[in-house]
Amino acid sequence: MLETERMRSHDGAWQPGLRESYLFDRNVIAEIQRASREGIYDIRGFGAKRRVPHFDDLLFLGASVSRYPLEGYRERCGTDVVLGTRFAKKPLELKIPVTIAGMSFGALSAPAKEALGRGASEVGTSTTTGDGGMTEEERRHSTTLVYQVLPSRYGMNPDDLRRGDAIEVVVGQGAKPGGGGMLLGHKISDRVAAMRNLPKGIDQRSACRHPDWTGPDDLEIKIHELREITDWEKPIFVKVGATRTYYDVQLAVKAGADAIVVDGMQGGTAATQDVFIEHVGIPTLPATRLAVDALEELGMHRQVQLIISGGIRTGADVAKALALGADAVSIGTAALIAMGDNSPEYDEQYRKIGSSAGFYDDWQAGRDPAGISTQDDELAARFDPVLGGRKIANYLRVLTLEAQTLARACGKSHLHNLEPEDLVALTVESAAMARVPLAGTNWIPGA
Amino acid sequence: MAVETSEMTGVEIVDLASTPLRELNRRLHGLADGAPGPRRWRVLNPNGAHAVGCGLDADIDVEIEGHVGYYCAGMNKLATVRVHGNAGPGLAENLMSGTVIVEGSASQSAGATGRGGLLVVYGDASARCGISMKGIDIVVRGSVGHLSAFMAQTGCLVVGGDVGEALGDSIYEACLYVRGEVAGLGADCVEKGLEDEHVAELARLLERAGFDDLDPRDFRRYGSARQLYNFKIDNAGAY
Repeated sequence: MLETERMRSHDGAWQPGLRESYLFDRNVIAEIQRASREGIYDIRGFGAKRRVPHFDDLLFLGASVSRYPLEGYRERCGTDVVLGTRFAKKPLELKIPVTIAGMSFGALSAPAKEALGRGASEVGTSTTTGDGGMTEEERRHSTTLVYQVLPSRYGMNPDDLRRGDAIEVVVGQGAKPGGGGMLLGHKISDRVAAMRNLPKGIDQRSACRHPDWTGPDDLEIKIHELREITDWEKPIFVKVGATRTYYDVQLAVKAGADAIVVDGMQGGTAATQDVFIEHVGIPTLPATRLAVDALEELGMHRQVQLIISGGIRTGADVAKALALGADAVSIGTAALIAMGDNSPEYDEQYRKIGSSAGFYDDWQAGRDPAGISTQDDELAARFDPVLGGRKIANYLRVLTLEAQTLARACGKSHLHNLEPEDLVALTVESAAMARVPLAGTNWIPGA
Repeated sequence: MAVETSEMTGVEIVDLASTPLRELNRRLHGLADGAPGPRRWRVLNPNGAHAVGCGLDADIDVEIEGHVGYYCAGMNKLATVRVHGNAGPGLAENLMSGTVIVEGSASQSAGATGRGGLLVVYGDASARCGISMKGIDIVVRGSVGHLSAFMAQTGCLVVGGDVGEALGDSIYEACLYVRGEVAGLGADCVEKGLEDEHVAELARLLERAGFDDLDPRDFRRYGSARQLYNFKIDNAGAY
């Protein structure tokens, strides 16, 4: 099909002679017009939408004459992982290396949080609380629940700290490293307000800095306090948004983390300025490489476990992250989509609020027709946590099966036996970032 | 074993010069949920140790004979902890209930994110005193540093001396009482009138802290102007 025909088929407005600017395309023009009209920056949910080098730019070298594959439907390929083996008396023992990332009750409805717990528990993995504290629903339905300690300390208390199976000190997240958060007033229901000790209906800012520690030396002492309070039972994770990943990971190890979560710039958010989402942080691909470098240099790779998040969608993403050296991955945006976010079922309602299925990112607005990113009782009631949990479990199983398929093709009897040597890159950029050879060559740019 | 029991006084004595901190905290945690054990404790030679008496969850008295480091009495519930010395950063952080008393001065972030209970400092507290407080009452006899009561949500901060820059920046519903000079107010923090109900509240707090020699009418009250509660672009210059 000719380029002009293709464009016409996609956009009835186009006519011969009309040429769209690359620099000022229709999205840019619309945003300038919106900004001049509303006088406020665009706040939205979801993650980065620009194209950045990602796991799609890597390929596996399946076994052939020089390597020996495993039979896809017969031979075992292990998927289990243990997180937090460094200091904790009770590390997390998970059946699959795909976990559910922290997402707050407040950003998500209570039934959605429950569904995440149900789904994760069904397949033997963990889910995570979020800003705003732990709800009874998610604790009850999560076999393994990671309790986040965030700068805002909304909902923070020692009872829930002890009820968690692990503790995650959140320094930052990939969508907004260096930024705090904002839960807009229209998502502050009575229950959310009570959990956060604030009046209903006002914007609730989440601070960007922790209130009681300010640097890596302090963090070490903070982690020590958390260990003392929980009698050294719980694994303690440190989560960072991907920026100066090499140094952040080394400092987190020095501070005493049992495991480190590195969230790339494609990681999702419930409410952040678009300019922040798209322009701060580095992609998950180079962040993974830098994190593994940092751990290897310290002799701590596999001693301190690495959990990678930010744009994990398929079993291929899982397998590639593990091949580069991660111990596990986390999913957030993909989990919401699996539960029904952006479903065509709600397309008519998405259109009524100015969006469309496949494009909906106004998670901050609280008007989610799928009942997931809302505190509106009527909308939340549409979401069935049992069905949502089943969808999460199905999706996690598919991710795992896909990753196993790729691992067996590479001759690996466990997902953690995947290695960088199994990968090549499709682009010069991804070869340099992942430090694997450009396909068909032995060239690793910068190596 | 360096843990001694004085049957004459009924006070359990733990010397941190010879007993690991872990052992002390483990024994104190063992008193949660009404478990039997000593109700009065004395801790000797803390020598600036961190996390002394954190995570307590029992109606007990703990006397610490000396200076402590970071996070003393962090996340305390029910217990009364008295420090006969100075305290490092994060004193009584996320205090849930009970009382924490420091007879010397406290470093930064004293009472940070506290949700209940009472924190009393006889001397000065440093920067960020009462940061993100969520229901705790804090009474400082001396002065506090900059950014105190930053994003303070609920509870009362009482300062008998002076206050540094940016008091109550981005404050929500917390109530601040200051007897001395305020170097500067943070965004959305304003002085409010001291009515009889506030005098009465202040008198109760001063009495609980043991500072009833201070006259509540000598204080001024500060709180939120509530202009930044919902984001408006016209307020951008205030942030």
